[in-house]
Amino acid sequence: MDKSLQSEGKSFNVQQMIESNKKKTSIGEKIERIIPTLLFLCAAVSVVTTVGILFTFLRESIGFFSDVSIIDFYTGSQWSPWSGEFGVAPLIGGTLLITLIATIVAVPLGLMSAIFLSEYASDKARRVIKPVLEVLAGIPTVVYGYFALTFVTPMFQFFLPDLGIFNALSGGFVVGIMILPMVASLSEDAMNSVPNALREAAYGLGSTKLEVVVKVVLPAAFSGIVASIVLAISRAIGETMIVTIAAGATPNLTLNPTESIQTMTAFIVQAATGDTSFGSTIYYSLYAVGMTLFVFTLVMNLIAQYISRKFREEY
Amino acid sequence: MLGQKERHIKKRMEGRVIINRLMMVLFGVATAIGLIFLVLLFYRVLTQGIGYLNWDYLSNFPAPYPEEAGIYAGLIGSIMLMVIVAIFSVMVGVGSAIYLEEYAPKNRMTEFIRINIQNLAGVPSIVFGLLGLTFFVYLFSFGYTLIAGGLTMALLILPVIIVAAQEAVRSVPAEMKEASYGMGATKWQTISRVILPAAVPGILTGTIIALSRAIGETAPLIIVGAAAAIYTLPESLLAKYTVMPIQIYNWTSRPAEEWQFVAGAGIIVLLVVLLLMNSIAVWIRNKYQHRL
Repeated sequence: MDKSLQSEGKSFNVQQMIESNKKKTSIGEKIERIIPTLLFLCAAVSVVTTVGILFTFLRESIGFFSDVSIIDFYTGSQWSPWSGEFGVAPLIGGTLLITLIATIVAVPLGLMSAIFLSEYASDKARRVIKPVLEVLAGIPTVVYGYFALTFVTPMFQFFLPDLGIFNALSGGFVVGIMILPMVASLSEDAMNSVPNALREAAYGLGSTKLEVVVKVVLPAAFSGIVASIVLAISRAIGETMIVTIAAGATPNLTLNPTESIQTMTAFIVQAATGDTSFGSTIYYSLYAVGMTLFVFTLVMNLIAQYISRKFREEY
Repeated sequence: MLGQKERHIKKRMEGRVIINRLMMVLFGVATAIGLIFLVLLFYRVLTQGIGYLNWDYLSNFPAPYPEEAGIYAGLIGSIMLMVIVAIFSVMVGVGSAIYLEEYAPKNRMTEFIRINIQNLAGVPSIVFGLLGLTFFVYLFSFGYTLIAGGLTMALLILPVIIVAAQEAVRSVPAEMKEASYGMGATKWQTISRVILPAAVPGILTGTIIALSRAIGETAPLIIVGAAAAIYTLPESLLAKYTVMPIQIYNWTSRPAEEWQFVAGAGIIVLLVVLLLMNSIAVWIRNKYQHRL
């Protein structure tokens, strides 16, 4: 009796408490309902980015292909945009030459490093060497470009006196060094996930370590290894600063690595830094070249994903 | 007495063992080549750049003469850019990760978002530059400004941050979540008061590593117009700016040899900043690794 009287005196009763609590929960409920939508919008940003990339390329490339016919663009073999020649072949050729050199450097070295780390090195050595090798992957590409121009080119010039300052060889070589840790690290992961029982079975049959590697570990880790190589190639195709700094700015359809060339990425940088006015054909050509580059890397990435999904060995 | 066959087998076995040993040396040498180039690179940068690295270099703006040129504008510009990138990419990235890990229904839309993030991570950085040029520079008419560069870089590292944050959120033990639900907490209360605090170290580590990738990126910023010659610090989001990699690129591409030394000094500063960021990331990871 006393209690309820006191409460009434303060105009404070249970019903009001319940009411106010109801209001509180309704705010809580609102938050509970709004939050998933907000978070979904965050997740949608990445989708919007992709749509944005596609929109950018389609819109600006249509602008370009109304000036230059798409057939001339993909079949022409002369790229000199400042005099109106838009045949993209030399740029694609330059990109592929760089990629080829980089692959020749990175794949054997990367695979052999991966085999050494996964099969031969002691656990302790691997735990030291692998992160140190991965430091190579964290070095900014502009630093690699500097290294290629001021160190690797002079080094090659010692053996090849005729080599020019800008050449595909040192650009491609340094791109290879850059993607090496990617091949090594991802292949090593793939080899490491091959179960030991398989190795021991082969040892039990009297194999040497090398035979175990070649006949058991490599085939078992094959999909992971191929995926790592394809991903590394995709990185090499999209690499910009090393080739811009060291490989030159001469669109040149050649297989000769000692010549100066220009890749798709290097052209994009050149055109963006030069005085290219908005809306000019050269401005639009940035996007036509960029779209071609994008398609190349996208196809490589899809291949890598397909390989690692389709041929994954489950142990 | 050994028969013909046994002798043959013994000989072959010796050969197999020798080849095994030779190949082991070859694999070791291949591993060493990568490491040697790493050492060569550091050695080259240090010997070229150390002579130009002093207090004046750290506090000077770009200049037409190598002796007077400095990295100040680049250093401050890089830090300001990273703050913008961090604010945007962490908000969106952590939001995406929580959505994908805690809320997303298992349907095609979710699978599409997941594959999309995976593919975005493989898009060359220069393509993000073109995206930024079309949207931020021209369509939103930010021009060649700090905010245009920051948003472009934020989109570039967003996939890395999402993946890192997803892993951090996923590694929070289910018991902690269930304990929270058991106390009557709602889903958002559980996420904001239990899962997120526990995931913070992982998110921080991933963010710092992603930012250390962004701070060395050059190509996209060239496309969205970071300038080389800047003689004031950016005063607003809509100001012109420069960053360290742009300065280094600019100096590297000049023919006179002195500029190579200036670029070398810039690279030392950039690498020291990278080293600091990575050390902090490793420190956070080690400190909180076994807490859960």
